[in-house]
Amino acid sequence: MALLPRRRFPVNSKVTKDRVLRVQDLAVHFKVREGLLFNAKTLVLRAVNGVSFELNAGETLGIVGESGCGKSTLARAILGLIKPDRGRVLWLGEDLGKLDDETLRKKREDMQIVFQDPLAALNPRMTVRDIIAEPLWTFYPRIARVQVDERVRGMMKMVGLLPSHVNRYPHEFSGGQCQRIGIARALVLNPKLVVCDEPVSALDVSIQAQIVNLLKDLQKKLNLALVFIAHDLSVVKHISDRVMVMYLGRSMEISTKEAIYRRPLHPYTKALIKAAPVPDPRLARAASDTGLTGDMPSPLELPDGCVFHTRCPYVVKRCELEVPALRRMENGDWVACHCAEELDLTIGKSPT
Amino acid sequence: MSLLEIKELYVDFKTAEGKVHAVTNLNFSIEAGDALAIVGESGSGKTQTMMAVMNLLAENGEARGKALFKGADLLQMNVAELNKRRGKEIAMIFQDPMTSLNPYLRIEKQMTEVVMHHQGLNRTEARNYAIEMLRAVRIADPERRIRQYPHEYSGGMRQRVMVAMGLLCQPDLLIADEPTTALDVTVQAQISQLMSELRVQSNTAIILITHDLGVVAGMCDRVLVMYAGEAVECGSVEQIFYQPKHPYTQGLLKSVPRLDQPGNAGIEAIPGNPPSLLSLPEGCRFRERCPQAHDACSQTPPMQLDEQGHAWRCFLEGDSP
Repeated sequence: MALLPRRRFPVNSKVTKDRVLRVQDLAVHFKVREGLLFNAKTLVLRAVNGVSFELNAGETLGIVGESGCGKSTLARAILGLIKPDRGRVLWLGEDLGKLDDETLRKKREDMQIVFQDPLAALNPRMTVRDIIAEPLWTFYPRIARVQVDERVRGMMKMVGLLPSHVNRYPHEFSGGQCQRIGIARALVLNPKLVVCDEPVSALDVSIQAQIVNLLKDLQKKLNLALVFIAHDLSVVKHISDRVMVMYLGRSMEISTKEAIYRRPLHPYTKALIKAAPVPDPRLARAASDTGLTGDMPSPLELPDGCVFHTRCPYVVKRCELEVPALRRMENGDWVACHCAEELDLTIGKSPT
Repeated sequence: MSLLEIKELYVDFKTAEGKVHAVTNLNFSIEAGDALAIVGESGSGKTQTMMAVMNLLAENGEARGKALFKGADLLQMNVAELNKRRGKEIAMIFQDPMTSLNPYLRIEKQMTEVVMHHQGLNRTEARNYAIEMLRAVRIADPERRIRQYPHEYSGGMRQRVMVAMGLLCQPDLLIADEPTTALDVTVQAQISQLMSELRVQSNTAIILITHDLGVVAGMCDRVLVMYAGEAVECGSVEQIFYQPKHPYTQGLLKSVPRLDQPGNAGIEAIPGNPPSLLSLPEGCRFRERCPQAHDACSQTPPMQLDEQGHAWRCFLEGDSP
């Protein structure tokens, strides 16, 4: 009988700058049936449509975009929870799509996720101890009870919960505290990568700041590679090293935090920055509008050419015909726009 | 006379665990054409205040105090009297546009109902009027769109329909409960701009309920900050944003992540959680999270008022750091 060895937890990995994750031309399509019986036709919803990026150990990548841009689908595809229709996810050089379920499951010890709605993500019938310990039991079935208890209490302390609350149920905690439980559960196995899917958007501002600061601290302390997904640019600014902007399933821009908020390369990034509300009455009144017109097209009927051309204030003929490739600029940032060289999108300049 | 004056408003809910004190001794007023923001976190009582004013509280809810609308107390009115005002003189926009629109009815039916009832228009007049309103909130192709059902609209368009419906009877007061919270930033910017424009055009007073200080800064003249069911600070936007007096307001402003400030300036969180409304602490309700709490805070702090009309509930003089 093959018993799993009673492995010890690995001590926190040394601080390295190695590339841990590489996503290449990833696409996830869903089939959608529309219409009734004889009129029924199958449409293809291109949720993620050719996304590429790389992530180093100990680095935080923020992913921003509006609802329907494919951020959450991308998160699931990174972790192998959805099979991609095209492209690859390389984890430490290994293609996750080629692994069988059992091997993939083992890999997930290193890759964890924190969900958006903290209360919905926790099983209401389990105590905090069981919730946090569940991944331990799954990966180390023969682990000693004392060790689990010690680990759970340690995790609770680390995320700012009282270890004495270990026997309580999720409904006894506030939203912010539930999110702390979710984070403790994600970190209990000492993962190398944590994907946070809108971890703070369901929380109040003062609590949101607590969680962002907590994630930032833990990321440094544990040298985590963090993918932080949000629709709020200002939250992402406070936690990310680099930021990727998505629109209708495509990456529009990947830039360092320093560059993207000062001089974005893509017109959509600029529109997002300008649309973010400023908590300062004088500045807010002086702010001009976003320059965006119309609504986001349906992901069932993507526009030809650049997906953003229907709303872009800088649109030229070429944008309607040719899909712009994600290409590297001189400063090392990435952008998918035909006109990136000609446009000066420095924040504070008017669009002329 | 103020357009709406709230005097000593209390809202309680009877629950199995005891009485929930959602709103405690709230006083404020709004003049015609003004824009007032009520800011607070979830559970601060901002929504229940307005629900009480509109007589839309849940069955176990009870409101005491006065809500004088043009001098008449809304809390004492029977349903018939209220219905003469609701929708016509006071309109409300709710947070989630999908759950406030009826999915079984065409937009046309939902929009014309109000004007046919209150203004006695016939079907064609009402329809034309509704189309005009849709055009005003920039729905493209309104003649075709008005025949559609809510699910055929995007989230932003649904919220624009809600704004249009709120403004159909050109109310004197529009209560908007988190009108942009469920929306994306670019759509949020469009809706805020739209509401500001319509406010100027029709001289409608707006009460904006929100937790987003960014939206407030661009849209409102006055701000009321609520915490755990109490008003903790009230003043003009400039006073609240540039000279906040209450430690909670100061903390709230510091915890907002900002795009317009350079560098790695961290965001400062307020430690702890708001108190349970079932068992509120004696004295200042913010005491346990307050960095400046001292012995006196075990007593209920008074509402202080300076000459500029800036009010705050704290023992401190509130010199902003």
